[in-house]
Amino acid sequence: MKSYITGLSVAILAGSLQVGSAAEISGKVTLKGDPKPEVPIDLGPMCGPLHPGGEKVTTRHFVVGPDHGLANVFVYIKEGAKKGGEPAEQPLLDQKGCLYEPYVLGAMTGKPVKIRNSDPLMHNVHATPKNNPEFNFAQALQGQVNEKAFTTPEVLVRMKCDVHPWMFAYIGVCDHPYYAVTGKDGSFKIPNVPAGNYTIEAFHLKAGAKAEKLTLSDSDKKTLNFELNAP
Amino acid sequence: MNCCSIVRTKNNPWLHRFAVLLAVSVLGLLCVGGLVTSHGAGMAVPDWPNTFGYNMFFFPISKWVGGIFYEHSHRLYASAVGFLTIILAAWLWIKEERRWLRWLGVFALFAVVLQGVLGGLRVVWMKDQIGIFHAALAQMFFCLVCAIALFSARWWTEGQPHLVNSPALATVRKLAIFGSVLIFLQLLLGATMRHQHAGLAIPDFPAAYGRFWPATDPASVARYNQLRAEVIALNPITSSQIWLQMAHRIVAVSILIVVGCTATVGLRSVARPFRSLLWAWSALILIQLGLGAATIWTNKSADVATAHVAVGGLSLATAVLLVLMSSRVLRGELSSVEPERAPVESFGQRQEVPA
Repeated sequence: MKSYITGLSVAILAGSLQVGSAAEISGKVTLKGDPKPEVPIDLGPMCGPLHPGGEKVTTRHFVVGPDHGLANVFVYIKEGAKKGGEPAEQPLLDQKGCLYEPYVLGAMTGKPVKIRNSDPLMHNVHATPKNNPEFNFAQALQGQVNEKAFTTPEVLVRMKCDVHPWMFAYIGVCDHPYYAVTGKDGSFKIPNVPAGNYTIEAFHLKAGAKAEKLTLSDSDKKTLNFELNAP
Repeated sequence: MNCCSIVRTKNNPWLHRFAVLLAVSVLGLLCVGGLVTSHGAGMAVPDWPNTFGYNMFFFPISKWVGGIFYEHSHRLYASAVGFLTIILAAWLWIKEERRWLRWLGVFALFAVVLQGVLGGLRVVWMKDQIGIFHAALAQMFFCLVCAIALFSARWWTEGQPHLVNSPALATVRKLAIFGSVLIFLQLLLGATMRHQHAGLAIPDFPAAYGRFWPATDPASVARYNQLRAEVIALNPITSSQIWLQMAHRIVAVSILIVVGCTATVGLRSVARPFRSLLWAWSALILIQLGLGAATIWTNKSADVATAHVAVGGLSLATAVLLVLMSSRVLRGELSSVEPERAPVESFGQRQEVPA
């Protein structure tokens, strides 16, 4: 019994040390300069009622916060990460109000992405990747969920709906789980990164990309900020 | 004489009218098909030949929404055109005296079936490149049906003795052949551009990104993509797409010159049916130039871009008719007298009719 308790304690201590040794990268992406204004989208008679109260829907090329934080930037380890691992949660691409949510999403190779139709309308889900097989299927029913996985890393894969041509979103596919997408304030966090030497890239579809090299030790919490330029 | 035999002849006025009806229907199909690409709806229905699992003829109208409306109605219209083509081919086979024209009807039937298969494969294989062949074959099929309508017309079968050869007509014919080739090349360029699904590779006209010749280095192209605020899903602009559009502009100017020369040579020198065709051809090319500019100025408005496709098809068909009709006169066939002992061919039997 004593040896069992000792062994269990050693295992718990070793496990906590392992979790504690994982590093974290966090930071913020900001936009320098003023981008072109977003363009209003005409949702038409079928999709318009899904946005009650006269809510204006626009393109989402540059979603910039009050302190120039830039949303929808895909931040990921471009070099140095070992393949494999598990993502923190299963990514979900939803169709709500005839818009894809979120606009930019991260996923791992070989791990399924959930694609859901939350609208009372038919959509089709059409992926147009360069390095992965293309697919196109219908989601006719509200609540319908399908799963699809990508086989090859690709930044970024475009998803679109051919029924509603203004609907498109992007998925960043990595062969490891160390990626994040900036929120409305431009901030991001990539937890549980093993110690090592890495190149971190912040990729935005319109503002371009910037990369930084970083060395992480066990339990490091490093902050990395990127400034991208408006075209 | 067999009481049930059908007499084949080359004078079939109702057959000719039906061929004209089919030609007009195919022009409509060019428009409907053009709207599919203009609205980016080519993949809105992911299966074929069914429609979201339904038999395509029983797909509920309530579900014809958004891009589905354009793609599905295109399939139905195409089915109707296919059916009309079956009727034309059968009618030609039963009633038409000229063997070559009967086989041309069969060829038209094969072409429309091939066109349907190409359209379906483009969807199930998700290959944009097949869309380019689909678009090109559509234009060729339109010209073929117009030609069948011409061959079945009295103008072709009965002769116009007052029309004579002339050096001017020979020149018009050569220029029309050259113009037809240029227009077909232009249609191929246009189809290739449209099926890149990248929107306008050059957003201004007559300048190109504010210059006479646009920069196409990687940094400039990256900047074009960064500055573009697309509302619908568009593929990124590439340098090759920019070159395609510049080639399209250059060929447009070339066509204008060729048609202008043809009109200059022909309008004062050739007989009336050819003058009418030359006026029509010239007008179509000028309209087409305007529509091309308007396509850019309206940021590729779907209706304008589709009209540009349709007028392109009409321009090609007009050129082909001009070539065929001038060839007929130049070969002296129209002024030849009908032979006295013309064999009358019954369907299934051949009989000699004494003079």
